[in-house]
Amino acid sequence: MTRRISFLLFTAALLLTSGCKPLFEIRKAMYDQPKYEALEVSDFFGDRRSARPLIEGTVAQGQLRLDDHLYLALEEIDGDILQARTYPFEITMADLERGRERYDIYCSVCHGLSGHGEGMVVRRGYKAAPGYHSEKLRDMPPGYFYSVITNGYGQMSSYAAQIPVEDRWRITAYIQALQRSQFASIEDYEAVKARSSHDETLESPHEHH
Amino acid sequence: MLMSSQLFTSKHNTLARLTLLIFVLGGAGFLGLMDMIHRSPYVRYTKVRREQPVPFSHKHHSNLGIDCRYCHTSVEVSGFANIPPTQTCMNCHNVMWNESPMLEPVRESWATGESLEWTRVHDLPDFVYFNHAIHVNKGIGCATCHGRVDQMPLTWKEKPLYMKWCLECHRDPAANVRPKDKIFDMAFDPASLSREEREALVEEYGIDHADHRLTNCWICHR
Ligand code: HEC
Ligand code: HEC
Ligand code: HEC
Ligand code: HEC
Ligand code: HEC
Ligand code: HEC
Repeated sequence: MTRRISFLLFTAALLLTSGCKPLFEIRKAMYDQPKYEALEVSDFFGDRRSARPLIEGTVAQGQLRLDDHLYLALEEIDGDILQARTYPFEITMADLERGRERYDIYCSVCHGLSGHGEGMVVRRGYKAAPGYHSEKLRDMPPGYFYSVITNGYGQMSSYAAQIPVEDRWRITAYIQALQRSQFASIEDYEAVKARSSHDETLESPHEHH
Repeated sequence: MLMSSQLFTSKHNTLARLTLLIFVLGGAGFLGLMDMIHRSPYVRYTKVRREQPVPFSHKHHSNLGIDCRYCHTSVEVSGFANIPPTQTCMNCHNVMWNESPMLEPVRESWATGESLEWTRVHDLPDFVYFNHAIHVNKGIGCATCHGRVDQMPLTWKEKPLYMKWCLECHRDPAANVRPKDKIFDMAFDPASLSREEREALVEEYGIDHADHRLTNCWICHR
């Protein structure tokens, strides 16, 4: 009788150890394979980062940034290298739309949706972010805004890590559109009026009879 | 021969069969139970607030109107949504709450250059391939998969991420699709559109689920 019971217990114990451990271990090994997922912690490198920083003084293939106008916002004007007064690529309506979207994501929290510096974070006590409608900023060339986004300005951090190069130019274009919207000249008004009445005649010619 | 005839008499036949049966059923039941536990929301931390090195609150930050993309910068263009580096926190916390003890680990990481080690809230097994960009660009909103993150004081996992769950949507994307300008709108409910409107969106976005293409094993196990 005791022998039978110990046989039963022994088999049960075998089942427990041999049956279940591998089940969990194999499964776990497949769940967490010896490869790095994005940003996974590494025990191999001293700084515990699996995402390795670029070695200083090297350039990754395809990332040699030779276009100074696009990347550094520098332009040759009358023989001098100056902050760019033009855009490195043509700004279309789609670029402006994209600029607005990116501005709303990255800038509006401080500078406000209309660029008056009334963003939510400033209202909660961040250093006042200047509006874009001052005389000083209205006179600044596009290259200036690109540089502020890229390098930061005073208390404002650089947004280079968050915003790709082309989008920085699009945001710049949108800021200039915002500035224009606040200080529209009488010529702007005439131009818009002329265009809309023109559109009207195009779209509904029969209404004019 | 001699031993066995002494040990097992004929009446042991029934007992032996019974024992075998118990082992088979019991064993299967036991494995099944283990499997259930292994898959249960409890073990998977579903809807469990996870401890983090800094008690980062999506609720607080979303209330300020900060877009998801301010921090999860690559969610539209890459498989990985990105977890923000310390620099991103310091964009604001260099000035704001810059003496709060809660933010001490952030300042320390900033000063030493050592990364903050966030606890992963979602983590699919390594044999599953997932990609954010394709979902976000084809009209599936964050809230459909992650719930109301904008109301979470500490982040939790809303769905257990079973294979079944992926498949349900891959069989019928029209149930969950939303207009592209509502992807980041956490309060929007796709059910507020009619079935026809949603089917039109599936058409418009070119979601290709003909012939059960999206339920092929190699879509997710590659
Ligand atoms: C966290 C808040 C914050 C965010 C987000 C932010 N800024 Fe700023 N920005 C500031 C503050 C504060 C200043 C003033 C810095 C100072 O004077 O020390 C500033 C200054 C500027 C200036 C310079 C103004 C001048 O007087 O010359 C420009 C241009 C600017 N920001 C553009 C942007 C753009 C474009 C974005 C989005 C990509 C952005 N900012 C995002 C807070 C912010
Ligand atoms: C101010 C920066 C910031 C913003 C804005 C932000 N997040 Fe996060 N998010 C984080 C950080 C930091 C973590 C990692 C810590 C954690 O899990 O809470 C995180 C984690 C997450 C996770 C869990 C990741 C994991 O470990 O599996 C999800 C899902 C998520 N965020 C979704 C969102 C959504 C949706 C939005 C927009 C409503 C959003 N986040 C806005 C910073 C941010
Ligand atoms: C765009 C600005 C901004 C960014 C970026 C930001 N925060 Fe904040 N954070 C705030 C503001 C504003 C508050 C105060 C919230 C309030 O008043 O409701 C705050 C509050 C907090 C608090 C609560 C502090 C306390 O003592 O109560 C923590 C913790 C925190 N943030 C962590 C983080 C972390 C971690 C990151 C980076 C992933 C981050 N924040 C990025 C603006 C920001
Ligand atoms: C179709 C479902 C789905 C949608 C839509 C979705 N996510 Fe995710 N998300 C996941 C899954 C699944 C994971 C876990 C991925 C893994 O473990 O590899 C995840 C992980 C994350 C993470 C952790 C980092 C990573 O990429 O693994 C963050 C942050 C995140 N999601 C944010 C977002 C944001 C912000 C949105 C909306 C723009 C969003 N997600 C939309 C399913 C989704
Ligand atoms: C709410 C709906 C939904 C959920 C949940 C969902 N998906 Fe998807 N998934 C889609 C849609 C829509 C597409 C786009 C199909 C296409 O390519 O047109 C897609 C596409 C994909 C693709 C790319 C397919 C290709 O063409 O190569 C992968 C991989 C994928 N999903 C994996 C997953 C995984 C893994 C999960 C679960 C963790 C998941 N999905 C959950 C809706 C969903
Ligand atoms: C839409 C994405 C998707 C497709 C398609 C898919 N799977 Fe999966 N599969 C998953 C996910 C996600 C998991 C992880 C589930 C979990 O964590 O429990 C998984 C897990 C598994 C597992 C491991 C189960 C476990 O618990 O260890 C197997 C086996 C598997 N899948 C087989 C298949 C087969 C066979 C097919 C084709 C008929 C298939 N899968 C198609 C997403 C998918």
